[in-house]
Amino acid sequence: MNPGSQAVRAAGGPIRLRLQVNGHRREVDCFPMARLLDVLREGLGLTGTKEGCGEGECGACAVLLDGVLVQSCLVPAVQAQEASVETIEGLRGPGGLHPLQEAFLEAGGTQCGICTPGMVLAALALLREEPDPDEAAIRAALAGNLCRCTGYVRIVDAVARAAARLASGGPPS
Amino acid sequence: MGPTCVGQGVPRKEGEAKVAGRAAYVDDLRLPGMLHGVTVRSTAARGRILAVGFGDGIPWDELVVVTARDVPGVNHVTLLDTDQPCLADGVVNHWDEPVVLLAHADRHLLEEARRRVHVEVEPLPAVLTIEDSLECRTVVWGKDNVFADYRVERGDPDGARRAAVHVVVGVYRTGAQEQLYIETQGVIAVPEPEGGISVHGSMQCPYYVQKALGPILGLPPERVRVVQTVTGGGFGGKEEYPSMIAAHAALLARKARRPVKLVYDREEDIQATTKRHPSRTWHRTAVDAEGRLLAMEVDFVIDGGAYKTLSPVVLSRGLIHSTGPYRCENVRLRGRAVATSAPPHGAFRGFGAPQSIFAVERHLDRVARDLGLDPVELRRRNFLHRGDRTAVGQEVREEPDMEGLMEKALEESDYRARRVACRRARERPGETVRRGVGLAAFYHGSGFTGSGEVHLASVASLECGPEGRVEVQASSTEIGQGTSTILAQITAGALGVDYRLVEVAPPDTDRVPDSGPTVASRTCMVVGRLVERCAGQALEVLRAEGLLPGGGHDDAQFVEACRVWCARHGPLRTHARYEPPPGIRWDPERFQGDAYGAYSWAVYVARVAVDTLTWETRVEDLVAVQEVGRAVHPLLAAGQVEGGVAQGVGFALYEKVVWRGGRVANARMTDYVMPTSEDAPPIRVHFVERPYAHGPSGAKGLGELPMDGPAPAIIAAVEDATGAALDSVPLLPEDLMVAMEGVIESR
Repeated sequence: MNPGSQAVRAAGGPIRLRLQVNGHRREVDCFPMARLLDVLREGLGLTGTKEGCGEGECGACAVLLDGVLVQSCLVPAVQAQEASVETIEGLRGPGGLHPLQEAFLEAGGTQCGICTPGMVLAALALLREEPDPDEAAIRAALAGNLCRCTGYVRIVDAVARAAARLASGGPPS
Repeated sequence: MGPTCVGQGVPRKEGEAKVAGRAAYVDDLRLPGMLHGVTVRSTAARGRILAVGFGDGIPWDELVVVTARDVPGVNHVTLLDTDQPCLADGVVNHWDEPVVLLAHADRHLLEEARRRVHVEVEPLPAVLTIEDSLECRTVVWGKDNVFADYRVERGDPDGARRAAVHVVVGVYRTGAQEQLYIETQGVIAVPEPEGGISVHGSMQCPYYVQKALGPILGLPPERVRVVQTVTGGGFGGKEEYPSMIAAHAALLARKARRPVKLVYDREEDIQATTKRHPSRTWHRTAVDAEGRLLAMEVDFVIDGGAYKTLSPVVLSRGLIHSTGPYRCENVRLRGRAVATSAPPHGAFRGFGAPQSIFAVERHLDRVARDLGLDPVELRRRNFLHRGDRTAVGQEVREEPDMEGLMEKALEESDYRARRVACRRARERPGETVRRGVGLAAFYHGSGFTGSGEVHLASVASLECGPEGRVEVQASSTEIGQGTSTILAQITAGALGVDYRLVEVAPPDTDRVPDSGPTVASRTCMVVGRLVERCAGQALEVLRAEGLLPGGGHDDAQFVEACRVWCARHGPLRTHARYEPPPGIRWDPERFQGDAYGAYSWAVYVARVAVDTLTWETRVEDLVAVQEVGRAVHPLLAAGQVEGGVAQGVGFALYEKVVWRGGRVANARMTDYVMPTSEDAPPIRVHFVERPYAHGPSGAKGLGELPMDGPAPAIIAAVEDATGAALDSVPLLPEDLMVAMEGVIESR
């Protein structure tokens, strides 16, 4: 895909980027204006974060940057210097999968799967803010993540199920 | 037999890898020594290529450059015809037609290089609309711009029209629609020893890619290996285009002697790849005083774009569905697919039917309005029943019970009470939000049209290993719709074993037989039936060998039987080839006969709220009632309906391709807008299950059906809410505003 051409390099030579990714300290050399998406996928091999549009519209590349949901295709690498990044690869739960991932499976919230990592992270950001969201809150929180397969019905259901499960078993990790 | 898992909500086979982010899509793969590829495209709707210039500042000798001259075999992508070049040579016939391919290891340099290739084109007159194409002042394809022209005639439509009480005429239009799979098109081509090639990519139809690549590369099929990678949505958009992009990657890889990855960015994907055919449909319908349909005449025209691709088959499906699930003895239908200078239009869920069903359902509402009849009542008086014949003379062998489906949809949506309440609310002064309800009744044929399935002659196989592991082998692809899960369920059900014993092989032309393309709502009904027969044969073989009792078995007995069989003979393999259900006949010359083995039937009701200040329309409720035979996996089936409905909502209200001089002007997700979680309505899905005798475990096709109903139901609801006569989609707020100007002035 188009990583932004020479503009990426025009902004200065490579830097050593130091960041926490899914709780682990990582270092990677990259251009300061490289997209965080490319740093994760190519620099660190974390391909669970997807590219759908490259302009911040679809949410497939969503990750948490210092706990805040961002579109990693719009975040320059330099902005992640000394930051903490959470990606789909970092999610865990008692049974291996995080309760949100389990709920997406059970509820039918994943079809082709390409939007799923971003959706799960958007849902995680919501549940940390609002552990007991109603349907309107869930739909609002996911409105930056496009899904072409499901019509969102079962994704909304999955988030509600995960919220209920987490409410009975403590806050989301 | 053990308890069957058909009808149960078993876990998706590939679900865990997807939710964990481990599923490897093509852009997630990296091979040693791999280069990246890009495509340089035409910058005119039509013209002669005068020169291709390579600008300064790029180390061109470091790049792999491919043009039409580098094609070792034929320079066309084989589909129904051979008119579409793999790389433009001398002339271009649409914007964004591929002209030059480049590869390099450095994506940044590559992007700069793409910008410095200048394709100089001397413009020729272009054809931008269906009307221009039909007028034929400029001929852009063949002698008359017509890719296909089909006619259907039954009874005496002229006589019936002359004797009729009312004759109602209308013209209806639908726009192009982008599939907008969230994973863009992409492949990796790998040169293999002795000039062979393998291609790994996002696609619906691996054997289509193999068939197209052989002639281009001058290779026999066995030297072209095609492997589907995890595919992030298709919806028809990855039916034929992957043959093009795979050919490009393969040409680069052969010249580079290294693997080449070619993945489109979103803008390129929207601009260069196929979309739903825009359509124009004329109806003239004769009815008696009670609203019974005496004669239906239809002129259905679709814009095929610059090359033929799949347009004739899109046309035939659209035409066959153009009179809806209604009985009418006198019909005259004409369908034409015409050429324009747009990039070729192609398959998108529904494949011509959403266009023609939109027209006929809107037209029936117009007939009802002209007659002063309730649209529900008009439909009730005309539904097809067992023994009736469709427009193409197919006898309806199943009892559709459209009345029952409609009654269920009306009840679930509280249609009658809502209709009255909406009307009363509209009469209240000062209301700025107006509500309305509308419905659509429709059917959708499962599988290829006419004798298509007989010509495909699809094959599937099954392999049982020594540990009782069963592998289903078919080229049907998992693209999110649940192929891997339902084929495993059908097989496990037929074998009487646990679902977990069955896996579906990844589609790879070196490993699986050609079970046909993954299109046309055929995977479950047609390929599912093949794997069910494979499973039946395996049981027979094991029983004949005395390894399984005749009356039933448990998993342990099955595993032991497989162990003994494999020890004696090696793996147990069975195959099945397509056989049409008995009595199915199709006459392609007269366009008459059994167009489809089976139909799925549905009635949808939409309720909308229209803001009369902004003219925005929201769908507040959508009830989808359908009969699809047996639902193999009710959760996945409901997911298919919900997803199709959301795409239908987009088709109706949000998704407008803006054409400027033959080019897509809004090729980004920012300005080509699809429904988000806040736009998609609550979708209430109901299945009426009536097992189909010739489908696996009673199943029929489902995937495309839910695309057909939302647009006519929603637009009927907007019409109910506003009083505007609405005859085209998409209906964006600005379109409704313009339509309302007439209504407001006339008050």
